[in-house]
Amino acid sequence: MKLPPLASLPNPVKSAFAPSAEGGPVIVNIGPSHPATHGTVQIIAELDGERVLRTDVHCGYLHRGFEKECEAHTWHNLIPYVDRLNYVSALINDFAYCDGVERLLGIEITPRCRYLRTLLSEYSRIVDHLTCIAAGLMELGAMTAFLYLVMIRDYMYEHLADLTGARVTYTYGRIGGLARDLPDGWLARLAEILDQYEVFVGRVHGLVDRNRIFIDRMRNVGVLSTADAIHYAYTGPILRSTGAPRDLRRDTPYLAYAELDFDVPVGIKGDNYDRYYVRMREMDESVHMIRQLMDMLPAGPINVADHRCTFPDKALVYTEIESLINHFKLVMDGPAVPAGDVYVAHESPNGELGFYLVSAGGGVPWKVHCRAPSFVHMGGVHRMLDGYQLADVVPTFGSVNMIGGECDR
Amino acid sequence: MPADLDALCQSLATEATPASVAHGLVVVEVPTAGVLDMVRTLKDAHGFDMLLDVTAVDWLPREPRFDVVWHFWSTTGHVRVRVRTRVPEGDPAVVSLTSLYGSAAFMERECHEMYGIRFAGNADLRPILLYEGFVGHPLRKDYPKDREQPLVPYLTP
Amino acid sequence: MTTSSATIPIARADGPSSAFEYITTKKDELVGWARKFSLFPYPFVTACCAMEFMAVSSTPYDTDRFGAALPRFSPRQADLLMVVGTVTHKQAPVLRKVYEQMCEPKWVMAFGVCATSGGFYQNYAAVQGIDRIIPVDVYIPGCPPRPEMVIDGIMQLQQKIATSRHPIVTERF
Ligand code: SF4
Repeated sequence: MKLPPLASLPNPVKSAFAPSAEGGPVIVNIGPSHPATHGTVQIIAELDGERVLRTDVHCGYLHRGFEKECEAHTWHNLIPYVDRLNYVSALINDFAYCDGVERLLGIEITPRCRYLRTLLSEYSRIVDHLTCIAAGLMELGAMTAFLYLVMIRDYMYEHLADLTGARVTYTYGRIGGLARDLPDGWLARLAEILDQYEVFVGRVHGLVDRNRIFIDRMRNVGVLSTADAIHYAYTGPILRSTGAPRDLRRDTPYLAYAELDFDVPVGIKGDNYDRYYVRMREMDESVHMIRQLMDMLPAGPINVADHRCTFPDKALVYTEIESLINHFKLVMDGPAVPAGDVYVAHESPNGELGFYLVSAGGGVPWKVHCRAPSFVHMGGVHRMLDGYQLADVVPTFGSVNMIGGECDR
Repeated sequence: MPADLDALCQSLATEATPASVAHGLVVVEVPTAGVLDMVRTLKDAHGFDMLLDVTAVDWLPREPRFDVVWHFWSTTGHVRVRVRTRVPEGDPAVVSLTSLYGSAAFMERECHEMYGIRFAGNADLRPILLYEGFVGHPLRKDYPKDREQPLVPYLTP
Repeated sequence: MTTSSATIPIARADGPSSAFEYITTKKDELVGWARKFSLFPYPFVTACCAMEFMAVSSTPYDTDRFGAALPRFSPRQADLLMVVGTVTHKQAPVLRKVYEQMCEPKWVMAFGVCATSGGFYQNYAAVQGIDRIIPVDVYIPGCPPRPEMVIDGIMQLQQKIATSRHPIVTERF
């Protein structure tokens, strides 16, 4: 079909630097729809031969109005939007957001919910790191490793779908609890998957860890110092890969992390290889934590008995007028959250995932702001790209793991 | 840790900058002119070496209309602090923190396009999440949620 | 034209004869059959649906069974534009440009509700369905669609290709 002609297609961005005169540096545009940019980001690079002199990074191609959309929904109804921030580990977003609202409401979640959230957070972390490493390896041509990792990730997706009903976007967190309890046999299957995970990830270790090509592409490429990382507010695996053992699960323990035994893996010099290896080691730690949590999981209710936020039992809604009204009010008006503001931060797979929630009282938030690690990381990514080869943009960018939904919101 | 927070709160609080502890962090209210001094103190004397977040809150009928909010984190002390200042709609300007923190540049660009806050000293306030040619500031309460500004004209069905 | 018992007229003064139509229909079937098994997708991957796209194109679901596994990252070499995820107004010029750069014949698949209708992002930032910018051949609902749904979408597209006209030289043939 012929489209109506346009005089010119508008350019949504303006570059920070223009091409110079004849014989000067060359300007190359990468993205936003490019196989090697992992997500929709545009990098405008100035090159001297093959060497990158400076870069201008543009994000925002996935800006979907998350914060505006939240202001038009009740505290409960906006949970699906929260899911789609970091869509690779949606559960961690859910739990961080719910934690924030619970603090405003002054609610203490039940022990079973606390442990279950911890378990599922770690499970999501594995999924996220698997995706990041798989995509990064595929961009370097390691197709076999990609297929192994996606295979195990698919087991996890199906397993999470058994619990939540969806493979990617779970909407499983609830203010004051969780959507539903574990189905029968879920933990047994979890143990199986963790064993499978070890087999598959062992193969990937064998394929790439000491592979000459892989090391040449990754070692001493995209080096970031600890001082720079802190200056640009890097958190999570990237900060840890520079050698700083900073992990919110250890520094400000939340959920059940204070009771778990785990290591905080750190890198040596903050290059691509360290970022890859820190992620691999973190997955192992997560598996270790999940195994502990499976034994610790207490019985009991998963939702707090607080009518301000917990939905009444469906059977009661149909038989009792108080429960019916309670249900109706919660759906139509939303939970009445007292006025105030709160900042909560959870350790997401990419770093500090913060929610700054402002309530003016009532069922609809006044403001939901997400402090997205990917977005903040984009502000300093030029430090890892400048001075290296053009071809190094691909593995470096892959190891930063920019997630569009979270970066652009 | 709560003892730390209280001590920090005590040392930051003055007549002009009331401080309190709320939901696990210290909140300091600062007059707009005193932001840079306060942030310098935080960075140099209290070890807040990471600027986590910059954002604004639009309290529409209120005057002054906007709150600008910064969150800082101390990677060694493991505490957070929130600095808040009020700016009027007529002149929504605060100082840029790019001279102290590299991470400020991108977050200030976002806050600028979403709320129209000007960060004096940030030379690069190009749109970052939005695009060239977008008119208005979508997170202001008076911007209708569904006002689209398409770059490519829609096909007529 | 003289008519003998051995020759069948394929054209008459007032238009193509039924024999001509028979031949072009057979030709369309043949070309459609060939084309439906050689789809080269250009993945225009933007958002959360990409996670399912990764799953669909790797081992557990394997779109190679439909001849649609090998992604081409140059629009010139692709004939199926898979728009996977939300398209925002900032992204719209890019999408339109990619579509215009693709050679005929080309098909477009809207993967997920965001690409189909804007999904639940009814706000200033998102394009309310990519069919407002470019024509779409097959829509796959779901947020994100399950892999089975995507495979169904590919099969429906194949059906559409197999049964549609495939002009090769001119509009008439
Ligand atoms: S349809 Fe759903 S999963 Fe797909 S891009 Fe849109 S919000 Fe994300």
